Amino acid sequence: MELSGAEIVVQCMKDEGVEYVFGYPGGAVLHLYDAIFQQEELKHVLVRHEQGATHAADGYARSTGKPGVALVTSGPGATNAVTGIATAFMDSIPMVVLTGQVPSPFIGSDAFQEVDTIGITRPCVKHNFLIKRVEDIAETFRKAFYIATSGRPGPVVIDIPKDITDPNVKIPYEYPETVNMRSYNPSAKGHSGQIKRAVELMLSAKRPVFYTGGGVVLDNADRQLTDLVRELGFPITSTLMGLGAYPGTDPLFLGMLGMHGTYEANMAMHDTDVLIAIGARFDDRVTGQVAEFCPNAKIIHVDVDPSSISKNVLVHVPIVGPVGTVLSDMLKVVKEFKKDHNRKAAAKWWKQIEEWRSMHCLKYNQNSDQIKPQYAVETLYNVTEGDAFVASDVGQHQMFAAQFYKFDKPRRWINSGGLGTMGFGLPAAMGIQMAHPGADVAVVSGEASIQMCIQELATCRQYDLPIKIMLLNNGYMGMVRQWQEFFYEGRYSHSYVDALPDFVKLSESYGHVGMRIENPSDLEGAMKEAFSLKDRLVFMDVVVDPTENVYPMIEAGKGHNKMHLSPESELV
Amino acid sequence: MRHIISMLMENEPGALSRIAGLFTARGYNIESLIVAPTEDASLSRMTLVTSGDEAIIEQITKQLNKLIDVVKLLDLSKGPHIEREMMLIKVRAERAHREEVMRLADIFGGKIVDVTNTSFVVELTGKSTKLDGFLDAVDDDLVVEVVRTGPSGIARGNRGLSI
Repeated sequence: MELSGAEIVVQCMKDEGVEYVFGYPGGAVLHLYDAIFQQEELKHVLVRHEQGATHAADGYARSTGKPGVALVTSGPGATNAVTGIATAFMDSIPMVVLTGQVPSPFIGSDAFQEVDTIGITRPCVKHNFLIKRVEDIAETFRKAFYIATSGRPGPVVIDIPKDITDPNVKIPYEYPETVNMRSYNPSAKGHSGQIKRAVELMLSAKRPVFYTGGGVVLDNADRQLTDLVRELGFPITSTLMGLGAYPGTDPLFLGMLGMHGTYEANMAMHDTDVLIAIGARFDDRVTGQVAEFCPNAKIIHVDVDPSSISKNVLVHVPIVGPVGTVLSDMLKVVKEFKKDHNRKAAAKWWKQIEEWRSMHCLKYNQNSDQIKPQYAVETLYNVTEGDAFVASDVGQHQMFAAQFYKFDKPRRWINSGGLGTMGFGLPAAMGIQMAHPGADVAVVSGEASIQMCIQELATCRQYDLPIKIMLLNNGYMGMVRQWQEFFYEGRYSHSYVDALPDFVKLSESYGHVGMRIENPSDLEGAMKEAFSLKDRLVFMDVVVDPTENVYPMIEAGKGHNKMHLSPESELV
Repeated sequence: MRHIISMLMENEPGALSRIAGLFTARGYNIESLIVAPTEDASLSRMTLVTSGDEAIIEQITKQLNKLIDVVKLLDLSKGPHIEREMMLIKVRAERAHREEVMRLADIFGGKIVDVTNTSFVVELTGKSTKLDGFLDAVDDDLVVEVVRTGPSGIARGNRGLSI
């Protein structure tokens, strides 16, 4: 089969099983767009801004586990994509981003729409490639998809100069069956001696706790995690990125930990004697002050990326390997040992945890005449029966969603945890809805975040994506306002979002359904109505109490036992 | 503590900037860095001198290993090794000083590789500390120009870096 470079690019994607490519055309990718035009199998989704393309590909990847693909042109196309690439990089999301480049002979001449894409993206990709010959396209694609999806996943950029896709140059095409890279061999299995040591430590623990992260979701290891945790009966807490890997409604689950984690989760972290960290990376939003982090604990850390181990916190039993196989190996060893752990100590530990729990740290004022953001998320949870895909933007609403929507399944909670990218939610939801056409897909956002990618409402219209947007409108960049209230004596410098559009009219002008909800008693009915409109995007502008804060809160750089608690929580 | 990290990497354009970029992005320190092709045309060898405590050096080696272009890596300073650096130094050598410079070069095992009416160029190879010693020994006023390669190194005996 003889194909042109442009046709080879399209064929490579088909051979990788790519369903959707999210993109935006431009000069350097015109040959590619022409090749896309002349086939039907590979579907192209036209976004309204390249940032939207990368977030949509990212949302597709997060909700399916398959690599997301974005296609953008050179220069501004590539730079607009950088935010989305960095977002995926920070959360280890498998993604392949194709960027057009000026023709090879023009590289370095400051040509029209030229930018050093390889240089600009280098610090925020797992790897990147500049294709120099038509003959190299197929092998580069094979490697790119392999790198993006294996080991610790991440985004890979392929920069393609325009002349490489010349429709008049045809060469024989064959997609490589295997990929062989001497410099890249991700770990396939954990060290059995270390696993045994870890299990011995776990079984001798008096106050153990599991601390699990996005790595469990990425490795599809929710089943293995749940089996091991239930076998041991240990308490478990999760990072923002790991929510859903262990059922959020299970009694062993303590809720999220960290800066806005629950009282019981953070206190358990502070008092634990054996911490079992699985696919989590000891981020500063989780650890707080490192010197005061789990001060009495021996730490076991399972991660597929060796550089995550002992990066921020020194660990005692490191295990490098894919989370799923290590967890099932651990379970086997636990069963072999047949030695039950200290039941008396466990009972005492759980008694302590129940005491912390009884403080009800997430309690909020239920009798307010304003809609509380927590109530809005709870209502969303009830109306969707806890089974929606929830994409979030970044800020207070993100934390409320993480605290109040109890995710029982992995890949349902889609948010930008590492980079904290405002504007992520709506385009991510497009990728999710594309991948799951019949499913309820909700966006939890704020009036500040949503405006960063609001243009994607047009994409939603063009492709009939019936996303449900729940905007928690408090008129402020809520999280900024909260920090200004706590740490800057209430000097609300530029956190008030003035001159808001009429979101109802705005959504209607894009051809969607808009609703404005101001009264707590109207919320549930309105939301039910919204979700009953199966084929329409509904934009719910929910006016919430502007003074509400996210509790509990650990100040940056403080220990886990030093939390600001809600005025509503019951002190014990 | 000072560490000499030796690496085999894919001889690809951009490999060097990935490594240099990693050091700036993560705030690590590079004292010197040299790269050259090896007997295998597909590989380059880099020798990098850095410093930091054990935890930092561990992170540096892990992060370097994570780069797709890095094939193999060895911390030479963790075992017996040979370390060599080359220096070219141009000194003023007018009548009164010619003898002194020649004698010093001789003591340090250096070679005078260029001679003019007014200057010598001395070539000196050895451990970095020896080159420092030579510079200390030469009167500062005589030194016109100093060019150092930065250290390269190789492990002794069975230990080594090959694929």
